[in-house]
This record gives sequence, C-alpha cells and structure tokens, in this order.
Amino acid sequence: MVLELARPRPIWQIMFSTHHTDVGLLYLVFSLLAMFVGGAMAIALRIELFAPGIQLIEDSMTYNRLFTAHGTTMIFLFLLPSAAAVGNYLVPIMVRYKDMAYPKLNAIAFWMIPPAAALVWLGMADFGWYANPPYSVISAPAPAAEMWIFGLKVLGVSSILSSINFVVTILKCKHPDLSLGKVPLLAWSFLTSSIIVLAAMPTFAAALLMLLTDRLGVSGFFNPAMGGDPIAYSHLFWFTFHPEVYVLVIPAIGMMYEIIPRFSRRPIFSHSSGVAAFIILALVSFASWAHHMFATGMSFTEKTVFMVGTLAAVPASAMHVFNFLATMWNGRIKFATPMMFAVGGIALFFAAGAGGVVNTAMPLDFITHDSYWVVGHFHLFVFGTIAFGTIGFVYYLFPYITGRMYNEKWGVVHFILAFVGACITFFTQHILGLFGMPRRIYDYPEIDSWISMNALISVGAMIILVGMVIFLGNMIYSMAKGKPANLEDPFGLGGKYYYPFAQRNPQHGEGGY
Amino acid sequence: MAHSNWAEWIYLGVVTALLIYVGAEAWNVERIIDHAPEDAEIIKVTAQQWFWSFEHEDGTKEVGELHLKKDHAYKFEIQSKDVVHNFNIPEFVVLMDAIPGRINTVWFSPNEAGEFDIQCREYCGLIHYNMRAKLFVEGV
Repeated sequence: MVLELARPRPIWQIMFSTHHTDVGLLYLVFSLLAMFVGGAMAIALRIELFAPGIQLIEDSMTYNRLFTAHGTTMIFLFLLPSAAAVGNYLVPIMVRYKDMAYPKLNAIAFWMIPPAAALVWLGMADFGWYANPPYSVISAPAPAAEMWIFGLKVLGVSSILSSINFVVTILKCKHPDLSLGKVPLLAWSFLTSSIIVLAAMPTFAAALLMLLTDRLGVSGFFNPAMGGDPIAYSHLFWFTFHPEVYVLVIPAIGMMYEIIPRFSRRPIFSHSSGVAAFIILALVSFASWAHHMFATGMSFTEKTVFMVGTLAAVPASAMHVFNFLATMWNGRIKFATPMMFAVGGIALFFAAGAGGVVNTAMPLDFITHDSYWVVGHFHLFVFGTIAFGTIGFVYYLFPYITGRMYNEKWGVVHFILAFVGACITFFTQHILGLFGMPRRIYDYPEIDSWISMNALISVGAMIILVGMVIFLGNMIYSMAKGKPANLEDPFGLGGKYYYPFAQRNPQHGEGGY
Repeated sequence: MAHSNWAEWIYLGVVTALLIYVGAEAWNVERIIDHAPEDAEIIKVTAQQWFWSFEHEDGTKEVGELHLKKDHAYKFEIQSKDVVHNFNIPEFVVLMDAIPGRINTVWFSPNEAGEFDIQCREYCGLIHYNMRAKLFVEGV
C-alpha cells in the first residue's frame, strides 16, 4: 500500500498530502500518540486509587481534571481518529476508487484534531467528559471549561466532515460494477457509523453552544437559577453519545469482519446478516439514550420504553457474534496477533453486552448506576472490544504500512498481557460497583472490600501498561529492523484475497507501491 | 452464496426469549417498587456542596447523619441547592438524583438495624469523594 518507510519521504510531504493513505497514516500516528497520553493519565488515576489516602495526586482538583482529560482523550482523540485511520486506508480500496471523495476535506478533517487536542490538554477541564450542568455552568473553573467546550466543538465538526466524506465515497464513488450489497463489511461499518454521526452529532453541537452561552450568563438553558433545566442537557448529550457508542463499536466490528475470515481461511459465514445487523444497530442506537438517566426521576413509562429500546440492540450484536463464531467454525485458524486481538475482543464484547442487559433492567440499574460497575462495563466496550479490534488491526496493517513484519512473539505477549489485564481490571470493577463504590471519586473510606479490589484493579492496569510498552517497543523496533514482509501474503495464509497494498500512492512514483 | 441459516435463527430466538424474560421480570419488579406505601414517613433530603441535611416530618433537622427506625417505611423527597448530586444508600439500594429545581422521591424500609453509609454518587466537584453521611437504623 504505502510502504512509508521503504520509500522514505520528507515529513512535510506526508503532512500536506491529501492522499487517503497519507491522511490515514496521520490519523493512525496521532491516535496512537493520544492512546499513550490517555493511558498515562489512566495509570496516574489507578496509582492514586491503589490505596486510600494520597498516593500520587496531591489534590482532588488534579484528579478530577485527569479523569476528564482521560475520557475525552480516549474517546475523541484515540478511538474516533483510529477508526478514521483504518477507514481512510481501506474504504477507497474496498469501493475501488482512487481516493476519498473529497481529499482536501479529508485532510482538513484531520488537521482540525491536533488544535482541538491542544485545547483539551492545555485546558484540563474538571467536569468529566459528560460536563453535566449546572456544575459545568456555575462551578467549573473558567478557562479550562471554555477550552474543553471549544475543543469538543472542533472535534464534532471534524467528525461530521469525515463522516460526510465516508458516506459520499461509499455511496457515490464506488465502482459501478460493485453493488452496495457486495461492498465489504468493513466499508459497510463505516457507512453505517458515518450516518449515525451525521444524525446524532448536531444535537451535541447545539448543546455545547447552549452550555457556552449559559456559562457566559446570557442564557439559562441548563441553569435552574435562571429557569433552565439540567435534565435537558442530559437528553441532548445522550441523544448524541449513546449512538456515539455504536459509532465507535461498529467500525471495530468491521475490522473484526476483515480479520476473522482471513485468518480462519474461510469466507464470512453470512455477509447479508452482517449488513442487516449493522443497519439494525444504527437504527436502534437512537432508541436507547435515556437509559443513562433512569435515576434522574423518570416515570415508570419512560423507563420501560428506554429499557425495551436498549434490549432491542442486543439481538443485532448477537448476530455479529454468531457470524464470527460461524466463520471460525471448521476454519483453519491461524492465531497470529491480529486474530488473537479480534477473538479476544469478541469474548470481551460478549461479556460487555451481558453487563449492558443488567444495566438496563430497571431495578438493577439502581444498583449499578454511577458505580464502578458502569466504569467496568463501558471499559469492556471501549478497551476490551473497540481498542482490541483497533490494535489487532494496527498489527494487521503494520506490514502494509512499513513493509516490515512486527515481532510475532512480542505481539502474542502483548495480547496475553492486554487480555489478562483487561479481565483483572474491568471484571473486578464490576464487582467493586456492586459493593457500592461510586465512580469519579478521588479518595475512598477504608472499607476492606474496596481496598483489596482497588489494589487488584491497579495491578491489572499495570499489566495492561506493560503490554502497551511492549507494543510501542515492538512497533518502533520493527519499523526500523523488522524482517521485510512478503507483501503478497505477509501472514502466510495462502489463498487469493485482495490485499490493501494494491492501492498505489502517486507520491511514491512509478513502479512503487 | 446459498447456505442454510437455521442455526442463526434458533440462536436469535434463544437470545430474544432471554431478553423478553429479563425485560418482563424487570418491568414486574419495578412496577411493584415504584409506588411508596401510603403510611411512609416523609423525610426531606437536601443536598448541597458537599453535605447532606435531612428534615423529619415532625420538623427535626439533622446534618450529616440520619436516624431512622427499623421496619418502617420512609419516603425521601430529595432536592439540591446547587448542582446535581445523587442520594445513595448502597446497603439498601436507595439511589436517586438530587437535581436543583426538582423534587425526586424514592422510598425504602430498612429491614436491618445498624450503622450504614450515605454517599453522593453523581460527580459534584471538589469534595464529591467525601460527600458522605451516616445512617443509623434503630431496632424497635
């Protein structure tokens, strides 16, 4: 595909390029950088919570700023851009077009992200990624909150621009011989998730503006002292960000649809069921937002409606899991690192989904709400499923990007550490939540069960950290010194598949990949 | 590609049946616990950064601690003076947001005597982590 390192180019040529593989590379490098920044913040939080009392962070304000930046970084600066990276690399190839539909718009969408990241990281707001009013209106310290609001505003626009690009590329630029039903599932995942972004994101964009004018004191949408209603913000926020969960998870599932058939050496069990499940997920993702708000004093009828809407998403997710298992069934599976991450991701996806059913069952929600159960639950999704799919895909793309193979042995070690670490950390968080520990707390009283479980969770986080350091080392070392990859079949799978490297970057000149 | 999908349909049927069971059971339980008993004593709960205050029906006020009787139904009327808090007694699964400008209600009947924790479960700022109170349930 690009072979960035086999044919080195000056860095400015990549930075100012609008070719989809170059923009994809920028997205990928930036998102991995953000992953390590956000991960370092998570480690600081876990060291602090290792035991009651002060361990590392001197005051609660710093802690609050860190968990806000951690959440914002991981969702908006790691997961969304890393999905965009994969989409940029592969969607044009899969629909057999020379580039994205709007290459310049594509580059602009990427270049909006670093300034937004600077706003978020330099501001360090303290109200959680949910920015719930009236706290965020009347109490949050000044420049930080505004910087966060502007940063998120920019990120929202960037995400809308890249979504427009994906939708137009897939629907309008696909090869005339390629019917929409035959478009690979990875491209389908980007089509559905982009449509969700276009439908959901404007709501949050409006809510952010209202939050800003509320802070300026010229309006009182969410401020009860001025006749506003904070619950209105919750509705606007979750109307965007419950579907946003699917915006993150659908591309990750698409990546698994790319990896699993290939490493099982079998065609996908049912292409049409995968497409159907994507469409159902996209539709029902809009029917469940208020399940985040059962404890705001909703009526019995409202709770029932949103419980049913939430449960409706489960069969579609189950269809994906079935599709993966049926593809692997009787396959000649090669457990290389990408396949391990994909399969591990499915296992954790299943566990996360089961936990989600518990959360939405109305009486049980009052046990789990805003406790560490919820933290464990959504981390199983964002780390266990989405980051696993993404990291597996980074290993998968590695030979195509660099022309060299990563070290397989260290890749397996990374997977084992990440999987074991994720199980220790996030399953224990579920149980800790059942013991009543609230989320977003800087310190906790000396309750024996809380102390031992928090220590265990911090150990699990350290295991993940070791895995990630190995990942980083493996990537950097293999880029320079790894074995040259056989680009016809880097994973030794045999068989005839199209491989992503078939796309040529014009900047590599004639005859080059 | 023609292949039979019967296994997928059976699997989806089982998943859907399980979901219907969970949903119906949840609906049924919630329907029962949604209504407070008629004779429940009303306790006014006020949240503010970063402490809890309580007012009994007879006008007695308490700050930071709450004294209740065992096997007696109580209905909390929860309000907030500043930002959103969440009134939570984990031991008895009492959990309800305290939202400025609204009064939310939740009820319970402690079936155990002793000393229990009350905590804030919605992020509310600097001392959110230590916005705690004590519940004392006295045996009759």
